[in-house]
Amino acid sequence: MQPNLTHLRQLEAESIHIIREVAASFERPVMLYSIGKDSSVLLHLARKAFYPAPPPFPLMHVDTTWKFREMIEFRDRMAAEYGFDLIVHINQDGVERGIGPFTHGSSLHTDVMKTESLKQALNKYKFDAAFGGARRDEEKARAKERVFSFRTETHRWDPKNQRPELWDIYNARINKGESIRAFPISNWTELDIWQYIYLEQIPIVPLYYSAKRPVVERDGMLIMVDDDRMPLNPGETPQMKSVRFRTLGCYPLTGAVESEAATLPDIIQEMLLTRSSERQGRMIDHDQAGSMEKKKQEGYF
Amino acid sequence: MSHKSDLIADDILGYLKAQEEKSLLRFITCGSVDDGKSTLIGRLLWDSKLIFEDQLAALESDSRKVGTQGGEIDFALLLDGLQAEREQGITIDVAYRFFSTDKRKFIVADTPGHEQYTRNMATGASTADVAVILIDARKGILTQTRRHSFITSLLGIKHVVLAVNKMDLIDYDQSKFDQIVAEYLKFAEQLNYGSITAIPLSALRGDNMIEPSANTPWYSGPTLLAHLEDVQVEQDAIEKPFRLPVQWVNRPNLDFRGFSGTISSGRVKPGDEVIVTASGQTSKVKDIVTFDGNLDVAIAGQAITLTLEDEIDISRGDVLAHADAKPDFADQFEARIIWMHEDHLLPGRPYLIKMGAQVANAQISDLKYKVNVNTLEHVAGKTLELNEVGIANISADKALAFDPYDQNRHSGRFIIIDRFTNATVGAGMVNHSLRRATNIKWQEMDINKGARAYQKGQKSVILWFTGLSGAGKSTVANLVEKKLHALGKHTYTLDGDNVRHGLNKDLGFTDADRVENIRRVGETAKLFVDAGVITLVSFISPFKSERQLARSLVEKDEFIEVFIDTPLEVCEQRDVKGLYKKARAGEIANFTGIDSPYERPENAEITVNTSDQTAEEAAEAIVSKLEEFGVLGAWFPEI
Repeated sequence: MQPNLTHLRQLEAESIHIIREVAASFERPVMLYSIGKDSSVLLHLARKAFYPAPPPFPLMHVDTTWKFREMIEFRDRMAAEYGFDLIVHINQDGVERGIGPFTHGSSLHTDVMKTESLKQALNKYKFDAAFGGARRDEEKARAKERVFSFRTETHRWDPKNQRPELWDIYNARINKGESIRAFPISNWTELDIWQYIYLEQIPIVPLYYSAKRPVVERDGMLIMVDDDRMPLNPGETPQMKSVRFRTLGCYPLTGAVESEAATLPDIIQEMLLTRSSERQGRMIDHDQAGSMEKKKQEGYF
Repeated sequence: MSHKSDLIADDILGYLKAQEEKSLLRFITCGSVDDGKSTLIGRLLWDSKLIFEDQLAALESDSRKVGTQGGEIDFALLLDGLQAEREQGITIDVAYRFFSTDKRKFIVADTPGHEQYTRNMATGASTADVAVILIDARKGILTQTRRHSFITSLLGIKHVVLAVNKMDLIDYDQSKFDQIVAEYLKFAEQLNYGSITAIPLSALRGDNMIEPSANTPWYSGPTLLAHLEDVQVEQDAIEKPFRLPVQWVNRPNLDFRGFSGTISSGRVKPGDEVIVTASGQTSKVKDIVTFDGNLDVAIAGQAITLTLEDEIDISRGDVLAHADAKPDFADQFEARIIWMHEDHLLPGRPYLIKMGAQVANAQISDLKYKVNVNTLEHVAGKTLELNEVGIANISADKALAFDPYDQNRHSGRFIIIDRFTNATVGAGMVNHSLRRATNIKWQEMDINKGARAYQKGQKSVILWFTGLSGAGKSTVANLVEKKLHALGKHTYTLDGDNVRHGLNKDLGFTDADRVENIRRVGETAKLFVDAGVITLVSFISPFKSERQLARSLVEKDEFIEVFIDTPLEVCEQRDVKGLYKKARAGEIANFTGIDSPYERPENAEITVNTSDQTAEEAAEAIVSKLEEFGVLGAWFPEI
């Protein structure tokens, strides 16, 4: 008797099916590449979906200019190694206005440099479908997100008016100017992602592995001093600590965890034995209950 | 039990190895508002240790603020997602939850129990292999229970868990449990389930959730989690015939031409002879290509790329199958439909249907009946409203490849899309095709009358209804057209009165005008025949010569005279429009049958009499004659 597919192989096949469906149904798809572990998995799946051809769409990184330096290095190295077509978009308007998390707060910074910037880029290149690496297990509001998530001409998401999604049949019909966000790894959990990275030996940004890094503690979070744009409070000195990151974003907004986990099995072991969910390291979620849902309606991923 | 295995701390590599072998189960939970569904799922997440400290802290604070358990942890709060729902205290959509044990990863579709959300339940059930149907032990089987069961069986779920919850509130009474189970089994006889497992539970107290409960010593079956871990579902798709819906043609260079898709059922090996359903072309599988190397065999659920030995024409939407086990291929089929939109389903309205990677224009040609989702009764209806279920014939503008859904749940399923709003308005499951697929090969030809009729799967003709006023021409013609339409035929009716409102409004009732009237109608009908349409003309047309004129305009076998032979006395007695009365009173001159003759047809192709058969029977007789004349079958024109 033929062995059945394991859960990871089923998830993989489902994701490949979705990626192919988007590529076949839309004129100008793009894969949003955030450089994080979920993006790494997404990119790996895209390479599998079209093998031996390269993925028939570009990757786009919306750069807030506050990402960890190691993320940018990793991004450029991957682009060179795999030869994918990489678009880097920065909201120049925001740069000119000097928007940053330290001067304007996390909320405005995220809004201008991430949400607005993404809309700018989608409009500029007239992308009609954008792949994202969101997972339904990340956050309660996302548990109800569709795989093909319809967006209006102004990139808004209407949680009350979503298209029903049955079987593996996705409605790809849109009018001019409208678009969809496609989430091929919707049904993966954080543990699935890590197991798959381990199984498939997918390269990830070294920040996920523990190392001695300069950090300061603020509001109960360990913030890494990644460059000299970070203003230090009086009496505040960066400490070298063994830390790693469970999630990656703008360095001033991303909390590190103290850890000795230096290999993938270590990371998975630590994840299974600790008792805090990965989004805890993200400052934007703490603002208020339902904050993610509000951000999504406005066009944040 | 949970994934908090000791291996994690002691031997993480061994743990990871074991985790790679886990299978996946998707199930749906169905229950009414107060059945404790959210509590049940929350409990499974909780007991599998997938709730983190920060989530727990949030849960504790939320439980105090808005909880319904008097300050105790309210597991239901783990599940609500959208803020508005949270405030209303109801779940209004499908939410997907994830948990995992050492044996399996689980994806739970959590759907609401409210009547108006049949749509969401169908959505959640579409991908589920098991349905957990919750029953409040105090209330027993309710209308909702029947509805939930019907919808899950409609979507083809074979394995059901009858979760009799809140046993703690009936003192774990075995006789009440047995009574509920017996009643349910009797009801479920009419549903198409493969297995039903009934479990006495208290989700709140944890009885028989993970561990066997000491409160139910009389119950020897599995706990809920043990059953979900062990129920076997994976083989179902693999044992069916091989189907590969082609999603994407992979052509990186001139030397490689691969056909990518997810195997929906069955298995395939290099060397297998495969057929393209639409074209009938065959070839042999050369390689099964994947990023991880070529495969010796691929099974249902795998996303692969096939290369073939021969260069044959295949594009997105084609379905590859083994040459000896082809799917149905037809443009007309009967399906069960679940309507999911506020705009009603309108028979005859053009919709798009998407079936796998196949897309076609289609219309509901005949809504046969609706099914009351609460009582399973069949109800007549002209439309389907939001959350209604119906059985209908569907007519598509091109043939589609599918298997009946009940034979193969991974085929014969489709969504219905509104062509103008792009909304997903319905979902359907094919019961069976309406016409046996014939191996029609496309022939190159100019677009002429034959080609147009061929495309519509019919022979275009004029059906000329003649007979006295009140004979029943329009009534019968109308019924005939409805029947033809239901069969997916393209029709049009030129009605005597209606044409006189427009095209012929300048004509009176002198002989010259009568002839001109017929000439114009005949010419118009001829244009419709040229367009490939079955054209019904309903005219008294009392004179042989007029009818002969009309007949002469088209080819010999394109004119079918239908004589509605109802005696004058009957017509006069009916006098639907009150015209006979007026004619007798001298208010209308030249009235056929009274003071103007009606020349009976001598060689009408079809004659019916509405005085000793009903209009329905007459229409039926006409349609079967048309069948006999080859008007309704696939029509092979001369090239």
